[in-house]
Amino acid sequence: MSAAPLLEAQSVGKRFGAVVAAAELNVRLAAGERVSLIGSNGAGKTTFVNMITGYLKPDAGHIRFEGRDITSLSPRRIVQLGVARSFQIPQLFGELSVLDNMLVANACHDQHLSLWQGARRGEAIARAEQLLQRFSLADHRARRVVELPGGVRKLLDIAMALTVRPKLLLLDEPTSGVSAEEKFPMMDTIMAALGSERDTTVLFVEHDMDIVARYAQRVIAFYSGRIIADDVPERALAADDVRRYVTGELLQE
Amino acid sequence: MDAALTILVDGLTYASWLFIVALGLTLVFGVLKILNIAHGSFYALGAYAAASFVGWGASLKWAPGLSLVAMLLAAVAVAAVVAPLTERALLRFFYGRDEVLLVLVTYAMFLILEDVTKLVWGANPYYVSEPYGLFGNVHIGAQTYVGYDFALLALAIIVGVAVWWGLNRTRQGKIVLAVIHSAEIASSMGVNVSRVYMGAFSVGIFLAAIGGAFTAPMISVQPGVSVGVIIVSFAVVIIGGLGSIEGAAIGALIVGLARALAVHLAPVAELFSIYVVMAVVLMFRPEGLFQRIQARKI
Amino acid sequence: MRLVFAALGAFVLLAVAGWLAPKWLTFLVTMAAGNGLVSLGIVALMRGGVVPFGQGMVFAVGGYTAALLFNKAGFTDALGLVLCGGVMATLVAAPFAPLLARYRGIFFAMLTLALSMVVYGALMKLDVLGGSDGFNVGRASLLGWRLPDALTGYVLYLLTVGVAITMALLARVLFDSTRGLVTLAARDNELRVEYLGGSVRRAMAINFLIAAFCGGTGGALVVLSLGHIEPQFSYWTTSGEFVFVAILAGWQSVAAVFVASTVLEVVRSFSSSYFPNTWQLALGLFLLFVIRFLPRGIGSLWVGKGRT
Repeated sequence: MSAAPLLEAQSVGKRFGAVVAAAELNVRLAAGERVSLIGSNGAGKTTFVNMITGYLKPDAGHIRFEGRDITSLSPRRIVQLGVARSFQIPQLFGELSVLDNMLVANACHDQHLSLWQGARRGEAIARAEQLLQRFSLADHRARRVVELPGGVRKLLDIAMALTVRPKLLLLDEPTSGVSAEEKFPMMDTIMAALGSERDTTVLFVEHDMDIVARYAQRVIAFYSGRIIADDVPERALAADDVRRYVTGELLQE
Repeated sequence: MDAALTILVDGLTYASWLFIVALGLTLVFGVLKILNIAHGSFYALGAYAAASFVGWGASLKWAPGLSLVAMLLAAVAVAAVVAPLTERALLRFFYGRDEVLLVLVTYAMFLILEDVTKLVWGANPYYVSEPYGLFGNVHIGAQTYVGYDFALLALAIIVGVAVWWGLNRTRQGKIVLAVIHSAEIASSMGVNVSRVYMGAFSVGIFLAAIGGAFTAPMISVQPGVSVGVIIVSFAVVIIGGLGSIEGAAIGALIVGLARALAVHLAPVAELFSIYVVMAVVLMFRPEGLFQRIQARKI
Repeated sequence: MRLVFAALGAFVLLAVAGWLAPKWLTFLVTMAAGNGLVSLGIVALMRGGVVPFGQGMVFAVGGYTAALLFNKAGFTDALGLVLCGGVMATLVAAPFAPLLARYRGIFFAMLTLALSMVVYGALMKLDVLGGSDGFNVGRASLLGWRLPDALTGYVLYLLTVGVAITMALLARVLFDSTRGLVTLAARDNELRVEYLGGSVRRAMAINFLIAAFCGGTGGALVVLSLGHIEPQFSYWTTSGEFVFVAILAGWQSVAAVFVASTVLEVVRSFSSSYFPNTWQLALGLFLLFVIRFLPRGIGSLWVGKGRT
């Protein structure tokens, strides 16, 4: 990688009292990479994601995005710089329709909100419709979010994150809460929708190793707040430590 | 020197009944999470009931000292009648709803009770000033103070200690504290949260009614009394911290003394000094001086 | 564009109706429109998820500004006074907007309440501003024309209704704008708005300023028609009535705000003659009914479920 990394975490650490949530995390992500974060619950994946998005502030180390230090910036500022995330439990605007949800995402991305320009004008709707099509959500456009099933909500959550044209997209367990048969089709939809965004780096937290093996170009494995593997899936998933502490294939002695 | 003492006595007297009333308000908020605008109406009901009971006592030729008993009975009557009625017939349909929505429900209650009071007692003022002379006069230095004011202070202290002891030293009180902390967890441990709500609400009303009953001899009991009381009580519980007993005490002292100082030294500031303190507290320490609950937002 | 025609149509309709109606009715509608403006501001804030309990403050500031300019500065143009009232109220609210934008729920309500009571306390004791009795305001002029006795009520009615309709139109445009949609989203899920790059605080602060302008113009209009101003304008019970109307109306329909305001005016006007001891009881019961069974206000009766 001769080009400057898109995201760079240097010696990032975080403690909650006596609990070490992250220690000496060093990660470099390039544009266009599809990376999966794996690790058992409490291993530090979500803490890492939260620190990148500004929800948590690291106790040690720095995080740089496109060369700029984002360690102490507010979540809003970080989003404006080009980092977006989806949530494990979809964070949507329940009372509004699917289309309105997308329009809000579009509006928030727009730095100069208008007091008079209609929210439902042509160009805004066109862009929203485009994304809805890519995520196979177009049929739901008029339905209120509270009426939607879980899988649809997850897709909407991700579509909204994509609306703000991020350079780095973080997906927090995109297929969790979705039935086994739906997981692959859902991931297919997501990856297909992202397909046209060649330069967008995607980081997804995932527990299902089949999904990881199929969709990730690179795997970063966490255990006890540290990174125990950072490699292509074939090698990372075969590593002893990963098999012991993440996938459970090797029994711990 | 005498002026300072006068201000002190004045402030303490005001703080005494205000503490009793605010204690009820903060207790109801702490347990039921309801900021009750109608709390002032219960104060008014206590005052009106006291006026009636003392009047009946006088017509039955009771000894003057028994008028204190009459006032206490009035407060009990108000709590016993109004509390279950309001809680069962009204409030319980709105439990768990948004806290601001509940404030609006209590605002509706306030409007209703304003007219209920007028329908029962009429629009003319009542004067029940005889009990005010029960404790004679107290001479300190060259000044004469009314003994009743000191008795009121004593009552405030007794009530404060009683509530504190009831909450912290009795088994029932510990259960209430658990519900204050988390009704959900308490419920899952077998606590009859409904009954705790009912009880706490009744005690809250009782305290408001006591405040009203024992202040009745000092004011003219008329429509609109509740309006002024509730807003000052809000100031107290915000300054002291919602849900805190110590907060209600300190808040009442601050408000009482601030008002006394203003009245005697800077009459221009009499009204807004209290609210300036309230606004300042909200701006810099919104959870109040004695933190109990989470405040504001970002 | 349809909206503009609807607004013009409404104005013409009301102008004609006002000409034909008896004086007490035009006065009642004038009061309803002026007071309704304050509640319109509250609705703008409610769409963001907060309920202010102290709009009496901007109402009083607008009113006192108009009254003082009239009495002390001899400035009598009604339209000018109304604009000054609105602007002054916005200026007074401005320093508090960024602060209040960080508060929610009970604390937002209590802080706005406290501020309005501070203003009340000050007004009560400042004799230079009339003290607890307030003071009277004479007859306004309009764009240079000294209003003749017989027409004053009607002209002020036209002005009030005209301003109200204009503000209602602007409010509708605002609610349908991108800012309006983000405000609704903030009410629903603030966290997500921030994580999409939007600023909830800025939205709230702007809404507060808009509400202040509405309240200020309402205050000025009411003072001109009433002919009198007093500290009671800033008292908590006055603020409570504005909230009552906003809750009754709901935040979906702008017209509903003025309908609700008229309902309150009607009840208030007839109360003293016909049911002095039960009108508050009626209002209280009505409010409970709306909270329980029409949580989105009467506006929800004619606006569809999906519409915002």
